[in-house]
Amino acid sequence: MNITESVVSNPIQLDKSRLKRTKSGKIKVKVLRRSQVVTNITLVSLVILTIYGFLSFNYKNINFLEAVNNTITNVRTMFLDSALNHFTLSESLYQILITMGLAFLTTVIGGVISLILGLFAAKNLTNEKVSNVIKGFVAFIRAVPTILWVLIFAVAAGLGSVAAVIGMTFHTVGYLIKAFSESIEELDEGVIEALKASGASWWQIVFQAILPSTATYLLAWTFLRFEINFTNAVAMGAAAGAGGIGFELFMASGFYFDVREVGFITYLILAVAVLLEILSTRIKNRYLY
Amino acid sequence: MRLLDIKRLSKEYKGGTHALCNVNFSVNEGEFISVIGPSGAGKSTLLRCINRMIDATDGEITFDGVSVLNLKKKELRRLRTRIGMIFQHYNLVNRLSVIENVLHGRLGYKTTLEGIIGRHDEEEKEQAFAILDKLGLRNETYKRCDQLSGGQKQRVGIARALIQNPKLVLCDEPIASLDPNASKIIMDHLKAINKDMGITCILNLHQVDVAIKYSERIIGINSGKTVYDGPANELTMEKIHEIYGSEAGELIIE
Amino acid sequence: MEIDLFKKRRRQMTIVTVIIVALIIFFAEITKYDAIKGFTSIPAAIRWMFANFYPNAKSLDKLPSILSKLNETIFLSISSTTTAGVLALVFALFGSRTTKINNFLSSISRFIASIFRNIPVVAWAMILLFSFGQNALTGYFALFFVTFGFLTRVFIETIDEASYESVEALQATGATYFQIVFQAVIPSSLPQLISWLLYMIETNIRSSTLVGILTGTGVGFAFSLYYKSMNYNAASLVVIAIVLTVFVIEIISNYVRRVIL
Repeated sequence: MNITESVVSNPIQLDKSRLKRTKSGKIKVKVLRRSQVVTNITLVSLVILTIYGFLSFNYKNINFLEAVNNTITNVRTMFLDSALNHFTLSESLYQILITMGLAFLTTVIGGVISLILGLFAAKNLTNEKVSNVIKGFVAFIRAVPTILWVLIFAVAAGLGSVAAVIGMTFHTVGYLIKAFSESIEELDEGVIEALKASGASWWQIVFQAILPSTATYLLAWTFLRFEINFTNAVAMGAAAGAGGIGFELFMASGFYFDVREVGFITYLILAVAVLLEILSTRIKNRYLY
Repeated sequence: MRLLDIKRLSKEYKGGTHALCNVNFSVNEGEFISVIGPSGAGKSTLLRCINRMIDATDGEITFDGVSVLNLKKKELRRLRTRIGMIFQHYNLVNRLSVIENVLHGRLGYKTTLEGIIGRHDEEEKEQAFAILDKLGLRNETYKRCDQLSGGQKQRVGIARALIQNPKLVLCDEPIASLDPNASKIIMDHLKAINKDMGITCILNLHQVDVAIKYSERIIGINSGKTVYDGPANELTMEKIHEIYGSEAGELIIE
Repeated sequence: MEIDLFKKRRRQMTIVTVIIVALIIFFAEITKYDAIKGFTSIPAAIRWMFANFYPNAKSLDKLPSILSKLNETIFLSISSTTTAGVLALVFALFGSRTTKINNFLSSISRFIASIFRNIPVVAWAMILLFSFGQNALTGYFALFFVTFGFLTRVFIETIDEASYESVEALQATGATYFQIVFQAVIPSSLPQLISWLLYMIETNIRSSTLVGILTGTGVGFAFSLYYKSMNYNAASLVVIAIVLTVFVIEIISNYVRRVIL
């Protein structure tokens, strides 16, 4: 006989009047908090919206099973029997290089602009007003999909690498200013204060305190963005005529209907993307956390 | 009454680190034992081998007449319901209330489905409330655990172990993250559990003075080997030196 | 010593700068990027936007049809995110250090997720276009696959961070695997998981615009239609509608995050 059980059989200490009870008179264990209520409402809304979504889609009388079957067959051919038919391996590598180039140019231009504007967006470096104006503007830039920025610039610059780089730069700037200014805002207030007290000018503070102590974060964010920009550059090649491997993918799929070539191109993109992800995860784990 | 028997217990981690080498000791029902030793000596591994949170590489453990190391999954669950465990970092589900965390101690007695939906009968709930009263958490019952202080969290941890109706409670550094005041409260509660309820307690401690003050028996471990096993009042300065290695002893106890 | 360090650092900086400049020149050459045109096109584009890119009275007639297309895009993004989230949760439980069943299953599920997230959404769209054609399902599956891959990764990180210690405690009480999942893992990580879902819904609104342009569905299709027919007033209305949608979703998400996190 264990003695803990005597606590149960002898619940004199237990003042039952203070126990919360449910309607049926049982002791309450779960107490609804506001966070719990909002969590439940969010989940239920998402379920309802999802179901409504599926009911409202225009399926155009597609034969679902047939399409799935076809896709599976296609995917199998693509990946197990991939081949290049319309261009050579070295050409395809060159196209990958072009896509990387688009991503690189975008990241460098966007990074430089973001660095300057990011300083003015950080609340501990400027006044509230300037920071809010920049952050609001940047939120607007982010809300517009990259492809739309590219197409808008294409009207002025024509479809091609210029419109793609400038359009993607817009989105990059939107992303990096947010990341940069938040990194700078997390900086210890004391560092800035100490330099201010010693009579340093604003630019001296930036170059002697802000940049040295946040450089690794800023670089890590920039590399993370490079990874995203690579994917974006593929998309811009396919949807906005920016060239590179994305354009070849678009041609193989929409023009030649060549499943095998789509497979080969997908492999190439996948390989580069995985490589970039591994690199950026390494950098992120090392510098961001 | 013999409760726990440990024979030739060894644990070798992948990569060849010997956390435990040929550890032997037995525990009688109602004992209050402190395991001391420098960090990395294998205290934590030893405790976790007893309820098989870590699988030993070699040796024999008998708990309450059952051979622990050969148990199948279901029997292992049964064993674990009889052994409570208390952790240095309390290991509570911080987003749940105190009472929900305490009732987690009953999961081992339930079917999977009952446990998933969190169904508890009235008797269990009353017991949970009674234990919380006893531990001085009367006003915290419905609070979320992330609103509690460290000492209060550890008392929730004790309550969760107690509601299991354990024969043995394993305490892995129960006061290492607490201030002296809260530490004293926790140690007093553990002592009371041992004295009033007759529950056997094995504690990992790194404060030698606390170990000497509260326990009758002390086991000293260094590099996976037992270097001392005896009454607390016979633990000489010399022995402490042996447990902690040359000079460290003086730093630990004044 | 000090001076040497400075010298060394300056030399490193010079080398890095030279490499970056060289890369810029090289990449500008092969992508045929004209830097001068790039910079002059920005003011040109802004001038053009002020002159042509705004909604007028005539374009407002298109509003109902734009909104119905936008509706399709919003629901596409929500449906694909939630369904992918459910599957991602299963894979994340297998993949996480704390809740994995064994190392083999864990590696497999991480591997599958990595493949799905690293094939860009455009590639998925192009692949699915073969058999699903210009259909909402093409967009749905393209978004679903990428979202699944991404969410599996962040869910694994969330579970690893949120619940390692409480999982250990519940194991010690003799709880079963599913009891631990529902009593410890889900309660401690749910708010963060929801936060990721909301983030992904917002991201997918933008992605599905892109997919829509390629697959002829949703608001992306509406934009490219007006864009190609040079009805820029209507196209600008589409942009405004998307921006407002993203803002509304962001405001709701931020409110939910503030309360639940």
